[in-house]
Amino acid sequence: MKPPPFTYHAPRDLAAAVRTLAEVDGKVLAGGQSLIPMLNMRLAAPAHLVDINRAEGLGGIEADPAGVRVGALARHSEVERSGAHPLLTRALRLVAHPVIRNRGTVVGSLVHADPAAELPAVLAVLGGAVRVARWDGGAVAVREVPAAEFFVGPMESAVAPGELAVSAFFPALGAHDGVAFEEVARRHGDYALAGVCAVVTPRGAKVACVGVGPVPVVVDLGDLVNLDSGAPDPRAAADLRAAADLRAAAEAVREATEPEADIHASAAYRRHLVGVLAERALREAAREGAAARGA
Amino acid sequence: MEHEITLIVNGTARRARVPARRLLSDCLRHDLGLTGTHVGCEHGVCGCCTVLLDGRPVRSCLTFAVTVDGAELTTVEGLAGRDGRLSAVQRAFAECHGLQCGFCTPGFLCTVTALLAENPAPTDDEVIDGISGNLCRCTGYQNIVKAVHRAAELLAEEA
Amino acid sequence: MTTRLFGERVPRREDPRLLTGQGRYLDDLGREALAAAFVRAPHAHARIRDIDVAGALDVAGLVAVYTWEDLPERAGRALPLLIPHPALTHGRTAYPLARDVVRHVGEPVVMVVATDRYAAEDACALIQVDYEPLKPVAGLEEAVQGVRLVHEDVPGNVGAHLVQEVMTADGRGAREAIETSPHTLAFRLDIERSASMPLEGRGVYARWDGRDLRVYSSTQTSTSVRMAVAAALGLPLPQVEVIAPDVGGGFGVKIVHPWPEEVLVPWAAMTLGREVKWSEDRREHFVSSAHERGQVQYVRVGFDDDGRVLGLDVTILHDHGAYTPYGIIVPIVTSTQLPGPYKPGSYRVEFTSVYTNTVQVTPYRGAGRPQAVFCMERTMDKIARYLGKDRTEVRAANFIRPEEFPYDQGMTFQDGRPLIYDSGNYPEMLRMIKELIGWDSFERRPGRGIGIGCYVEGTGVGPYEGGHVQITSDGRVHVSTGLTSQGQGHETAFAQIAATELGVPIERVSVVTGDTRRFGYAVGTFASRAAVVSGNAIALACRKVRRKALRIAADALEANPDDLDIADGIVHVAGAPSAAIPLSTVAVLANPLRYAFDDETARATQFAGAASPDRPPVAEGEEPGLEGRDYYSPIRSTFAAGMHAAVVETDPDTAEIKVVRYAVVHDCGRLINPMIVEGQIHGGVAQGIGGALYERIVYDQHGQLVNASFMDFLMPYATEIPHIETGHLETPSPLNPLGIKGAGEAGVIPVSAVIASAIEDAEGIEIDRMPLSPSDLFDLRTTHRP
Ligand SMILES: Cc1cc2nc3c(=O)[nH]c(=O)nc-3n(C[C@H](O)[C@H](O)[C@H](O)COP(=O)(O)OP(=O)(O)OC[C@H]3O[C@@H](n4cnc5c(N)ncnc54)[C@H](O)[C@@H]3O)c2cc1C
Ligand code: FES
Ligand code: FES
Repeated sequence: MKPPPFTYHAPRDLAAAVRTLAEVDGKVLAGGQSLIPMLNMRLAAPAHLVDINRAEGLGGIEADPAGVRVGALARHSEVERSGAHPLLTRALRLVAHPVIRNRGTVVGSLVHADPAAELPAVLAVLGGAVRVARWDGGAVAVREVPAAEFFVGPMESAVAPGELAVSAFFPALGAHDGVAFEEVARRHGDYALAGVCAVVTPRGAKVACVGVGPVPVVVDLGDLVNLDSGAPDPRAAADLRAAADLRAAAEAVREATEPEADIHASAAYRRHLVGVLAERALREAAREGAAARGA
Repeated sequence: MEHEITLIVNGTARRARVPARRLLSDCLRHDLGLTGTHVGCEHGVCGCCTVLLDGRPVRSCLTFAVTVDGAELTTVEGLAGRDGRLSAVQRAFAECHGLQCGFCTPGFLCTVTALLAENPAPTDDEVIDGISGNLCRCTGYQNIVKAVHRAAELLAEEA
Repeated sequence: MTTRLFGERVPRREDPRLLTGQGRYLDDLGREALAAAFVRAPHAHARIRDIDVAGALDVAGLVAVYTWEDLPERAGRALPLLIPHPALTHGRTAYPLARDVVRHVGEPVVMVVATDRYAAEDACALIQVDYEPLKPVAGLEEAVQGVRLVHEDVPGNVGAHLVQEVMTADGRGAREAIETSPHTLAFRLDIERSASMPLEGRGVYARWDGRDLRVYSSTQTSTSVRMAVAAALGLPLPQVEVIAPDVGGGFGVKIVHPWPEEVLVPWAAMTLGREVKWSEDRREHFVSSAHERGQVQYVRVGFDDDGRVLGLDVTILHDHGAYTPYGIIVPIVTSTQLPGPYKPGSYRVEFTSVYTNTVQVTPYRGAGRPQAVFCMERTMDKIARYLGKDRTEVRAANFIRPEEFPYDQGMTFQDGRPLIYDSGNYPEMLRMIKELIGWDSFERRPGRGIGIGCYVEGTGVGPYEGGHVQITSDGRVHVSTGLTSQGQGHETAFAQIAATELGVPIERVSVVTGDTRRFGYAVGTFASRAAVVSGNAIALACRKVRRKALRIAADALEANPDDLDIADGIVHVAGAPSAAIPLSTVAVLANPLRYAFDDETARATQFAGAASPDRPPVAEGEEPGLEGRDYYSPIRSTFAAGMHAAVVETDPDTAEIKVVRYAVVHDCGRLINPMIVEGQIHGGVAQGIGGALYERIVYDQHGQLVNASFMDFLMPYATEIPHIETGHLETPSPLNPLGIKGAGEAGVIPVSAVIASAIEDAEGIEIDRMPLSPSDLFDLRTTHRP
């Protein structure tokens, strides 16, 4: 299991990187935690590799009231440690193992677009965007791709050959929003069999599901679920209604997904699971939001 | 095409000429002769190849040597003191029987060394999470977990 | 005084080197060697039409490309069938490189040698093999239909068929006994494929100096690899040495030999006159080493109102993959170990071992016992469920009583010898495990269950092992034995034995295993036999040396050997500490010298006046040197036993399964080093939990292994393994001088049975297959409580 030969490029900045990408038929190497296993197994054999690890200006995590911008070289562990975005932090703890997170990048994970990966769901549920650059004859041209258009299919994102994803933007949460990420993986740290990332706001709720479709499945639940859904006393009438709403929401999520079977789980199980997880995630997010509102 | 690189391994600058595709694990093992770093899967799952890159544990099988040209690396060969005295983590693994065949051990030692540097008194859950990316087929992990706690104790005593 | 070492938690001697990166595993050797890689079959079943290597010839660094046609006659022969058996009527083995047909994905077809592994893989990628795909036999069910054949000349795909039957006391067969039983049950059990999966793959490194061949192999048997390599390459045995360096785990897969690579790599080294090395990578390991476990069992049992088994009839379908180099040891072990600690009244077992177009099946830790125990323990649980009795009560009703040992199960075991249990105390063990897990006070509720599993394990099988012990004039003790080590701590355990027997500090003892230069006669490390067979051989060799040392010391001290004792490496007269002589001096005296090289040895030279002029310097019947060699050949196996219990929680919504407690009571006779034994048990249990809940080798209907990576073959991490509580019971074996039984495999054996028992208890759904994933449990729930 040794990688096939390739020509190596280590551009020093963004412009050099996209210029190289424009000139050669190459692949971007970021953290390498998904690309190098594929090279080692010779499932990919790019003629050129453009290693962005030495490029200036591609790292960084910038937070402002609107949200968090994560640079292409920001590693999972840095972003996790920065605590810049609570949902991202929570999702990152579910991504692989600490050692993998020391190298793997958030942007790389988005571009890689594994349907079972956690971060695409986070971008999708928040309605974030990815900034993509390419060499436009004489200068760097940049476009913003909204999450809804970014995930094209399994292992396929909107980043075209010759392009470089420069950063990803994760919109901030409202003060009273609650979030949760629930998943079931075979082993701790494995890609999820199914997972649900939920955001509950005073106005309504939204989830994005992983592992149950070719791309993150986003379901807008409108005001079916709200901050009252997480109330702790199941005997109160309002809470009974909330519980019923949660179940209805879970059912809506189930219906929106089209899971497939693989050696780890049947399609029926995944469909069941995503409902269970949706209910759990929504309850937890609602509880968190309600607590924030109470505080 | 070959690349001339310099790695600061265990405090010593080492030069090597490597093709771009040379995995860091192979560079350490075969170009530099540091065979303590082991290779168990070459796809990032087992953790045998874990080394410290600028103090942080990473998979050397998922890193190209050229990418880390100029970086500081610590491998299992560099964990003991210059005088040859085993580090607290190494001693704890021996004391608690945290190894059998020893193949996974270098990866665990590097991972745990970094874990305790960051969190000198981890809880049981933190220990288990901290070593959760390393496979061991021999020990069933129980004595490894014990060894991590013991190492924390030794480090505290020696601090 | 020397402290007592046998039975102590002595720290491991191998650790300092393994903790500092100074271990020497196969791939750490031969830095200058050429690298080999293989083109392996992408099809499960295909005829090779043509091999075109032209595309690879321009690869920089390429040295040689070999196909079967390039091999000389001997090296190109089919690999040996290691353990023939009369019931194995249609044994088949592979060629080192596929000759005309490939029978599983991963079978080696072309060998490439290049300056490094990168270049070798580049060349492999450019070699074109033209295959005519044949229809594969993808699973057990398809194999027994016998429509498609794995080997054209093996009708029905049946390699072996064997029936063993033990009659009731009044001479009735099992089927008859079942018919006349008050109660009967019939059911089917399924166990899926798994694999040993050591973290270090296999590997071979060979050096040829024009006359002598030295082979390093990551093997569980260096002596037998040596004989096999010498035979395949037509070399006189003394010109071949085989060394097992540090080995990164074996668990059974490395007992098979010679692997194709063990013939091909040395042959290439001889042919090229260069050092050649092959280190198996993980993907190769999945598709070209060995698997185990896959079986289907059909069970019928008859029993009385107390749950006592009156007749047991088990029919086993065993999948042995595409070839049978290791014979039918696995199904034999399953059939003979199935009765466990019980007396099944009468017992009939029939197995059919069939070919499939998959990787060959050879022993993986436990070697057929996990399947056997799954069968027997599921049977016990089902009887209890049927009768509404406590599961432990039914087991107790069937136990062999302590006063019934030695107990003859009436069958022939895997070593060809009668299956007679040497010793044990099963009721006491049951009491201990119930107490350890808190069986009687367990609070059962939906989603929380408790399970139990009992087993007996034949350990320490023959034919023999040997030990050599030499005390040199520096007072050091050098011990060697031929079998190999893969992490079991033999260097420590055997040093403990030697230090105890000889009365020397353990620091002075060093142990070498698996090096034919040091010890040429051995069998290998498998079947929990190392401690029993080599341990006793080393003890016997030490006793020989000790007797000799006392004889020589008695002469020197003018004392009676019977009055002498050895402590701290010094022979002294009991009760007269001043009349003493160190072993180092005894070693000098034991070797009369003409030439001296230091002060010590000067004392043994011919003018030193130490020897009597009336006797030849080396007395008749003596040999020079303070050394001894002895062998231990057990009359038959010892029988270790154990009982495990677990508490499991299942999630009502997600069907996740969590083992929250795990307890083990274990009897491996006398313990040499409890720390090492516990480590073996922990590791075994972890592998067992892998087998029960996570690991399965999955082939699709085309015979493709679809999860050949650690991403998809799910070995547990620390996060998946519970804390394991252990208790020891010691019933020494009467069969060997040290009273030990062996512990290597114990941990893994009953785990699937225990976990199934606990899940069944938590869910109220019968669990008849292993492993069980959350998805499987969900499916079971859907069918059983729609
Ligand atoms: C053992 C293991 C377990 C894992 N478990 C999980 C898990 O549970 N969940 C999970 O989400 N992930 C998991 N991962 C993957 C990990 O999160 C990766 O880090 C991530 O998927 C890719 O990030 P990277 O920076 O390593 O990308 P790379 O491997 O460098 O690249 C991946 C792909 O994206 C492209 N690419 C990367 N960055 C850019 C860019 N800036 N512009 C354009 N193209 C780019 C590359 O060309 C390549 O095609 C696991 C990995 C391993 C080895
Ligand atoms: S060898 Fe690098 S993780 Fe397994
Ligand atoms: S000690 Fe052998 S794999 Fe961990």
